[in-house]
Amino acid sequence: MVLTPDALGYLPETPSQTAGPYVHIGLIPRQAGFAIFEADLGTALVTPETKGERIRVEGRIFDGTGALVRDAMVELWQADAAGRYASPADQQGGKDADPAFRGWGRTGTDFATGLWFFDTIKPGPVEGRRGHRLMAPHLSLWITARGINLGLHTRLYFGDEEARNAEDPVLNIIEQPERRKTLVARREERDGVPTYVLDIRLQGEGETVFFDI
Amino acid sequence: MTERRPDVNHVSEFIPRDMTAHPPSLTPVYKTSVFRSQRFPLLSLQNSLTEVTGPVFGQHELGPLDNDLFRNFAKDGDPIGERIIVHGRVLDGNARPVPGVLVEFWQANASGRYRHVNDRYEAPIDPNFGGCGRCLTDAEGRYHFRTVKPGPYPYRNRGNDWRPAHIHLSVFGTGFAQRLISQMYFEGDPLIPHDSILATIPDPAARERLVARLDLGATIPLHTLAYRWDIVLRGSRSTLFENRLEGN
Repeated sequence: MVLTPDALGYLPETPSQTAGPYVHIGLIPRQAGFAIFEADLGTALVTPETKGERIRVEGRIFDGTGALVRDAMVELWQADAAGRYASPADQQGGKDADPAFRGWGRTGTDFATGLWFFDTIKPGPVEGRRGHRLMAPHLSLWITARGINLGLHTRLYFGDEEARNAEDPVLNIIEQPERRKTLVARREERDGVPTYVLDIRLQGEGETVFFDI
Repeated sequence: MTERRPDVNHVSEFIPRDMTAHPPSLTPVYKTSVFRSQRFPLLSLQNSLTEVTGPVFGQHELGPLDNDLFRNFAKDGDPIGERIIVHGRVLDGNARPVPGVLVEFWQANASGRYRHVNDRYEAPIDPNFGGCGRCLTDAEGRYHFRTVKPGPYPYRNRGNDWRPAHIHLSVFGTGFAQRLISQMYFEGDPLIPHDSILATIPDPAARERLVARLDLGATIPLHTLAYRWDIVLRGSRSTLFENRLEGN
C-alpha cells in the first residue's frame, strides 16, 4: 500500500515474513533447479586479484529437535583483508578498500547434507564503536528459512584468534561466557586450506547467539 | 585538548527495530516456527561498522529482462495468467527514498505452482514462466516489474491451509542491518484473513502494510493491470550528542 509519514515524519518498517521453502527460486535459482540469470549474485566472493588469506567457512544448521535445516539461505557480509568494508558508510581513515572484494555472498544449505559454505578471505580487524576496542576479525551471517519469521543476524569469529576475541567488544557484552563459544568457529586444515567450522543451533541446548542489530 | 578523532560511530546508525511490527519468532499458528524459533532473547547490539555498512550492487550485474518475469523465461510464447505490473518505492523510516538498492522477487505461476525441485503440487509448471526477477531502485527509490499474478497455493500446515496469492520480496538497504525479506499480498484477496503466515504478525495495521493496492493509474489499457506496494526499510538517526563533542 502507499504510505504517509506520521506526525513526526516517520514511517513504520515493512513487516518481515518468512522466506519460505522456495527462497532459492528468487535468490539462488540454480539450486531451485533452473538457470535464468546470466549470473546468480553472491556465488563467488574471491577473484585471483583479491587480497588476503584464502579460507573456507562452513557449517550446518540445526532446529530445536536436532534435525538438519536443509532449506535455509545464509548470507555473508564481511570486511576485506585490511578490515575495511566495501561500502560508502565505511569511513575508517587510512584503509583503502580492496577493489577486488565486495565482501558479500549468499548460499543455500545443501538439500541432502544440510551443509553451507563460503570460500572467502579472512577479514582484518575493524574499528569498534567510538571509545571501544578494535573488533576481532569476524563475519556477519544472516539466516533465513521456512519457519524463520525474521532473518537472524549472528557473527562468526575465528577460533585461532583467541587474544583478539578476548578483547572483542561484542563478544564481551554476551553475559554468559559459555554462550560466546557459540560464535567461535573451530579451525581445521583441509588440503592446505584453513577451514573454519561453525554449526548454528536455532533453538535449545547450545543455542547460537542471535542479535537484534 | 578534547579527542577529536573521526566519528567511527558512522554517518548514521539505524533506529532500533520496532519488534512489534514484525512477527515474533515463535508463532505456533505457523507450525514450522515451533522448532525453528529461539528460546533465548535476541541480544541487542548497538550498531558498529559491521551493521551500518552493506553490499553495493551495480546495474551492469543485471540483465535487460531481469525485472520482466513475463519475458525473462519465455521459451516459445507468453506465460499464461493475469498480466500485472507491480511497482512502488523503497523508502526508509525517515520517509526518504532509498536509491540504488537491490530488490529481488520470486513467486508461483498463475496456477500456484513453483518452479522448484521440491515443489510437488500437482498444478502444472508453465513452460514460459520462471518466477523470479530483480531490479535496482532508481534515484527516487522507485522499483517496478512485470509478471503474471500468482495463484493461491496449498501447503502442509493446518489441514486445509492455502496461501493467498503472494509475491516474495528481498530488499537490501545501505546497511546490512536493513536486510529484509517479506511477502506482498493483493488487495481484496478473500484468503488473506485465513492465512497462517500473515497471521504471524500480531498487529492488524502491520499486516495491512503488506497488501498491495490495485493501481488503475499505472495500468496499461487493454494490456496490463497494475498494483502498487511501497516498502519501508529501517530509518537512521543522526547521532545528535553521543560522542560528538563538536556538535551534529
